[in-house]
Amino acid sequence: MSNALKKFYVFLVFVFMYAPIVVLMVYSFNDSQSSSAVWRGFTFEWYAEMVNDSQMMKALQTTLVIALSSAVIATVIGTLAAIGIHNMRKTPKNIVMNVTYLPVLSPDIVTGISLLMLFVFLRVPLGRYSLLLSHVTFCIPYVIISVLPKLTQLDKNMYEAALDLGASPLHAYWKIILPEILPGIVTGFLFALTLSIDDFVVSFFTSGAGATNLSIYIYSAVSKRYNPSINALSTIMFLVIFLLLVLINFRTRGQEKKKKANY
Amino acid sequence: MKRAFTAYPYLVWSIIFIIAPLILVLYYGLTVPGPDGGAVFSLENFVKFFTSPIFMAAFWRSIWTAALATIICLLIGYPVAYFLSGTIFKNKNLLLLLLVIPMWMNLLLRTYAWLILLDNGGLINTVLEFFGLGPVEFLYHEYSIVFGMVYNFLPFMILPIHSVLVKMDHSLIEAAQDLGANRTKVFFKITFPMSLPGILSGITMVFMPAVTTFAISDILSGRTIQLMGNLIEDQFLRSDNWNFGSTMSIILMVLILASMVISSRYEKDNQGGGLF
Amino acid sequence: MSKQIIRLDHVSKSFGSTQVLDKLNLSIDRHTFVTLLGPSGCGKTTTLRLIGGFESPDEGRIYYEDTDMTDLPPYKRKLNTVFQKYALFPHMDVYENVAFGLRLKKLSKSVIDEKVKKMLRMVNLAGFEKRNIDSLSGGQQQRVAIARALVNEPEVLLLDEPLGALDLKLRKEMQLELKNIQQTLGITFVYVTHDQEEALTMSDTIVVMKDGAILQQGAPTDIYNEPENAFVADFIGESNILDGIMHEDKLVSFCGRKFECVDVGFGKDEPVDVVIRPEDLKVVPEEEGLLAGTVESCIFKGVHYEMFVTANDYKFMIHSTLASEPGKRVGLTVIPFDIHIMHKEAAK
Repeated sequence: MSNALKKFYVFLVFVFMYAPIVVLMVYSFNDSQSSSAVWRGFTFEWYAEMVNDSQMMKALQTTLVIALSSAVIATVIGTLAAIGIHNMRKTPKNIVMNVTYLPVLSPDIVTGISLLMLFVFLRVPLGRYSLLLSHVTFCIPYVIISVLPKLTQLDKNMYEAALDLGASPLHAYWKIILPEILPGIVTGFLFALTLSIDDFVVSFFTSGAGATNLSIYIYSAVSKRYNPSINALSTIMFLVIFLLLVLINFRTRGQEKKKKANY
Repeated sequence: MKRAFTAYPYLVWSIIFIIAPLILVLYYGLTVPGPDGGAVFSLENFVKFFTSPIFMAAFWRSIWTAALATIICLLIGYPVAYFLSGTIFKNKNLLLLLLVIPMWMNLLLRTYAWLILLDNGGLINTVLEFFGLGPVEFLYHEYSIVFGMVYNFLPFMILPIHSVLVKMDHSLIEAAQDLGANRTKVFFKITFPMSLPGILSGITMVFMPAVTTFAISDILSGRTIQLMGNLIEDQFLRSDNWNFGSTMSIILMVLILASMVISSRYEKDNQGGGLF
Repeated sequence: MSKQIIRLDHVSKSFGSTQVLDKLNLSIDRHTFVTLLGPSGCGKTTTLRLIGGFESPDEGRIYYEDTDMTDLPPYKRKLNTVFQKYALFPHMDVYENVAFGLRLKKLSKSVIDEKVKKMLRMVNLAGFEKRNIDSLSGGQQQRVAIARALVNEPEVLLLDEPLGALDLKLRKEMQLELKNIQQTLGITFVYVTHDQEEALTMSDTIVVMKDGAILQQGAPTDIYNEPENAFVADFIGESNILDGIMHEDKLVSFCGRKFECVDVGFGKDEPVDVVIRPEDLKVVPEEEGLLAGTVESCIFKGVHYEMFVTANDYKFMIHSTLASEPGKRVGLTVIPFDIHIMHKEAAK
């Protein structure tokens, strides 16, 4: 197979991946109430409608608040957990890690219904608090999985060196270990943030009528009628994520270059 | 020197929010409500599931749609992973990033976009009609669900295969060529067997979310076609039968566990002499 | 002030079911360069870590100038350590690494600055203050690690195979430099290595360890010339070790004949280990030798030739400045003074 053919094949797959996104974007500017393919002129109407849709804006707010707070809580608990797990002996470590992988490996729907049963069982009303607890639960394992490798990569004498030079254990963790594992913590935080924003299944079962996040809003809207302001919303969400990723990508590349320049 | 106490908050958390809920699933799945309002141990719900033609149909449908989607992902994805690991593209990292970006968009939105595209009055049918080929009813069919699965989970197949292929020692290929193997032979004797671990994790990563999904089938079939996920959703949110819902969740977990055991065993078999 | 600065008293340590140290007694003198030498797994690093406070002993006490420091955590001990892979803090520059200990002592900025600069000058790294740790070579990182420890002015510096990661040439340079620093500052160095040559070059005292016990402790020349058993002899330099029988004082037999020697005080007809250094064997014409044999191989090693000669079923290693043809019949001689007789090690 020639190189041009290979390139064309990869190009086709990318078209497949991006076609629906491009369509959503184009339709968000189409002055038409229906999903028909006819172009009826350019408009910002759907963006205005989106901003004025109080339900949609409330769902967006819920999503962002839940994502930020669950990511912060999960990062704190998860980082402390990773440090503790790193210091454990082999057998307890294996047990805890197996438990940690449970939410990662079990299907979302099982996580969702099992947490639903727990909240009903414990008489926790379904709403934003049950939603927060669920999101923290499925985010923590990803924080642990991001931080733990950074701890194992550390020169195991680093902590001892700090003690040797007169630092107390707390000081050594704060000044030496924490800066070293910070990249893992940031990765874990971003992981938690995106997982929380992206989650539909677990939220669907654990939020109840009290709290509607964006995923649940979209789910119920999609099954009703064609709503062009959803196109507008998706366009904005996609662009934000796209910019964020490109920025992160440039930042890490910049760091690599800086490192190389030092040699 | 061993200080594990910082993990205690997480240990408490995981007992309450990871272990206890799973125990609840087991408890409800293996019991039925008793006459006095309590619970009695019973496998009744398992019998009910496996003898009902409706539930069994959804069970097999879940398996074959997920399996078909996995195979299609492998067929489409392997060449992409292979080409991206080679030398024909200059900025491979950028392409890889571009491949991942759509996955950062909400699954519901991505699936919903196909709904618009494939609809009877949608873009694709408009084009087909122009050529006198349509309209074709794409939606509300089992194959439209498979299509949605392939679209949503394709990167899960490409990424693990790609990461195995780029890590492969290039001198192995040169050694094989040096020993007289042509390009086709090199691929089937060296590259493909070496990438099996990536293929296996790709298969698991596509099959697992596909077999448990209910959002994709809900959207692309307009709630007309039921998969395992839809059945479970029904029991919890509409029929309010936790016992039966938990029973089906256990069956789903066993299914996933089985697929994981099979793939990990296959992987072990291949570590030894499986190369040639 | 007593001569000893550190004393380990009947110290034992196990990890799980493996006993690493068994009732170890060790005294380290003030102002000396002491090397703990032995093969991997002999317990030398554990001994160092016990002194540093990174492990605590299961039994026994550790004293620093007659005060018991067994239960003192590392950050309260008056000694500093240079770690095997340096354990430099990668997110700090050279200056901050060296200043780390001083900052914890809450010294004033100007004092810290003066001490750090002086120390960096001493290890030849003046001008490297703002450099990233990642941008330094292995040898430079090594110097930073030494400076970071020494800037705290410890009485004792612990070094755990600090030159292991360097290439041969750099290692030789650093050996001399370390010895120099120790002599200039006049403090105690406790140095762990498995490299016997390194130990011989640098130390005032060598402590040879094996299986968690001390086999011999003494000056390098004593240990090289008067090894106490075959293990020490073999570990310190290369040796021919033969089974022999001590018939009476100053008479030993091995390789099927009797030899005069200088050792006394063994039991009559006691089985012993006979040790002869390769450089102590002389190659002579066949008829002039005490033993006769065939040259198996002869390899040029730079300073000397390394030959193997089989005589009476034993393959002798010989270092000689003259080459002999492989296959040639030769004689071997050795003077009584160079035949070292040792008690057999107790059966394991």
